[in-house]
Amino acid sequence: MSYVGIESASVRLHHHILSVLVENKAGVLARVASLFARRGYNIFSLAVAPTEDPRFSRITIVVDVESAPLEQVTKQLFKLINVVKITELDPRSSVERELLLATVRAEPANRGQVVELAKIFEGKILAVGPDALTVSLEGHPDKIDDFEELLRGYGIVELQRTGRVALSKLERDQARTRATSRKAS
Amino acid sequence: MKLTGAQALIKSLEMEGVEVVFGLPGGCILPAYDPLLDSAIRHILVRHEQGAGHMAEGYAHVTGRPGVAMVTSGPAATNLVTPLCDAYMDSVPMVAITGQVSTTAIGTDAFQECDTVGITRSVTKHNELVMSAEELPQVIREAFHIATTGRPGPVLVDVPKDVLQATMEWYWPDTVDLPGYKPTTKGHPRMIREAARLILAAERPVIYAGGGILKARAAESLRALAELTGIHVVTTLMARGAFPDDHPLCLGMPGMHGNATAVTALQRADLLITLGARFDDRVTGKVSAFAPEAKVIHVDIDPAEQGKVRRPDVPIVGDCRQVIDEIVREIANLLATGEVQADTTAWKARVSGWRELYPLAYEPSRAGDALKPQFCLEALRDSVPEDTILVSGVGQHQMWASQYWRFRHPYTWVNSGGLGTMGFSVPAAIGAKVGRPDRMVWAVDGDGCFQMTAQELVTASTERIPIKVAILNNSYLGMVRQWQEMFYDERYSEVYLSPDLPDYVKWAEAMGCIGIRVEEPEEVQPAIDKANQIDDRPVVVEFRVDAREKVYPMVPAGLSNDDIVLPPSQNREYLR
Repeated sequence: MSYVGIESASVRLHHHILSVLVENKAGVLARVASLFARRGYNIFSLAVAPTEDPRFSRITIVVDVESAPLEQVTKQLFKLINVVKITELDPRSSVERELLLATVRAEPANRGQVVELAKIFEGKILAVGPDALTVSLEGHPDKIDDFEELLRGYGIVELQRTGRVALSKLERDQARTRATSRKAS
Repeated sequence: MKLTGAQALIKSLEMEGVEVVFGLPGGCILPAYDPLLDSAIRHILVRHEQGAGHMAEGYAHVTGRPGVAMVTSGPAATNLVTPLCDAYMDSVPMVAITGQVSTTAIGTDAFQECDTVGITRSVTKHNELVMSAEELPQVIREAFHIATTGRPGPVLVDVPKDVLQATMEWYWPDTVDLPGYKPTTKGHPRMIREAARLILAAERPVIYAGGGILKARAAESLRALAELTGIHVVTTLMARGAFPDDHPLCLGMPGMHGNATAVTALQRADLLITLGARFDDRVTGKVSAFAPEAKVIHVDIDPAEQGKVRRPDVPIVGDCRQVIDEIVREIANLLATGEVQADTTAWKARVSGWRELYPLAYEPSRAGDALKPQFCLEALRDSVPEDTILVSGVGQHQMWASQYWRFRHPYTWVNSGGLGTMGFSVPAAIGAKVGRPDRMVWAVDGDGCFQMTAQELVTASTERIPIKVAILNNSYLGMVRQWQEMFYDERYSEVYLSPDLPDYVKWAEAMGCIGIRVEEPEEVQPAIDKANQIDDRPVVVEFRVDAREKVYPMVPAGLSNDDIVLPPSQNREYLR
């Protein structure tokens, strides 16, 4: 079992989305990932990139774990010196996006159908070969799931998803936070 | 001022007030050993890098200042893993400096290369690979800051050889730059009030004091709280000495080998005032059956300890000393405004009853029988100054030492609690003696433990660090033997060592120590007296003790504290 497994399935019952603000330094991702590995928790998806402030990066982690052990992992994560802030994002009050790239079998006979499908989903055709197409789609992970499922019928040659990135929604209250403050609650 | 990285490293240690470094040089750390010659910092040359780590721990335990270990790359760094993990488990402030192969060689399987920061990531509070000489002062400053603040712990700084050799413009940073690190020290006022109210309302309260009391230097505050409220105190293995054993409110050590009164007081309590303790499995026994009727106040500086094992009713994240002082003030205010503390007379009577009926007990040896280890420890206890520092290894001797000693002062007990590192005592005692040369330092060790790190007595002899070692030689891995006797039908598997091999007296003498062997009860006192008089070199006293002796009481692993096994002379009937 790999400890940073990226499966392609929709977010299930025990999945939690953590948005982790970290210092943009060597080794920080390894520190974060090893806390999950140590406890045998699978990271479902993970995306990391620098933020608007180049000193920090934001890691979006989707992890499959019950709430009680997650609280402990979150607290342990927060003990890492390079971790600045942790927010657990509730899907109902956050915006989520993911990007999919897929090369799909598309013989001239059914190429039109694949192009049509991409158009319906507002995807893009990135490359066209004699018997295959490479498409991209950006959107909510659920939409990506649907698109991927439909592409399967044509035969997927290669596929890569980025893992979700998420921020809390602007309207209504700020994202639900858990174990992010050093105060006990 | 231009300095080499090596000079900057040593100067940074000086700026941090480091007075002693425990270490052993080698290829990659060599550049740092040159400016050390010109520094006022004392270097203690160990015989094995593990020894350097445990010495740094022993030093930190008794002084409260961070211990420093400096070793080279590869095998030296891996030899440091055990003490780092030990320090991490017991929250000991420590800074380890390791050499690393040059930045250009990292990742090429170079000679004596290993991924030190990778290997030590999970056994340090923080670690850092330094990639340029300019970073060194900042990284060292931050390492000491992290090691000594919040919940203390070990920090490792890995320095490649070319970084040590490069030149840089010297500076000393005014501040640390750690946006993700701001430990909470002040307790939440609402929680403090809630805690004070619970304390006054409790009819069967117990203070469960852990090692955090010592880390926060909160022994005085603890005493003030106990005396203001008249509440009994149990001191965990890590907190021995935090509250004086001869205080009428002290119940001693709880846990797997705790005394029956301390164990049962926790079990029957209606309120646990948990101060710097972490509900370790060795204290709670079966968690679901631990202190079933108790509400819990949990004071800890580490938010991750809140609710990790037991969900607290009143969690307070903060520095133990500050929080206890705030609670004491709050209680005093409440009392001044007419609040009345609940009546605890009935509870105190029960506790006194247990103390009377269930003292620690062992069968004294009859003429011709082997020496009892407890007898040796009692004789030692009664023959040394009361501020003597006692250091132990791990196993039966450790439990007996904790049980039978009478700790009167904080920072007089040094042991490996969380990790249970056999071989801890000899090097830790050396570190303790370096930190407190004015104190008598006794290491109590088992024969199994002693054989793991005894070579550091060569270090002690060479450096003139006159520690004293009492080996309780029962020729067995005693605690393992006890478990095999009690839980494996007396099937003794790979647990016998030998009483004579090695010859401990000759071995001690070969290492420059005085060696004394004790076999008969009447030899015990003269041997201890002789050892106490020697102050120019280390002494090793080998007590040949009864291998059949077991540590009682005992809560078998996985069982409830209610299932405590008492010495054969006692029964559980009145432990209600």
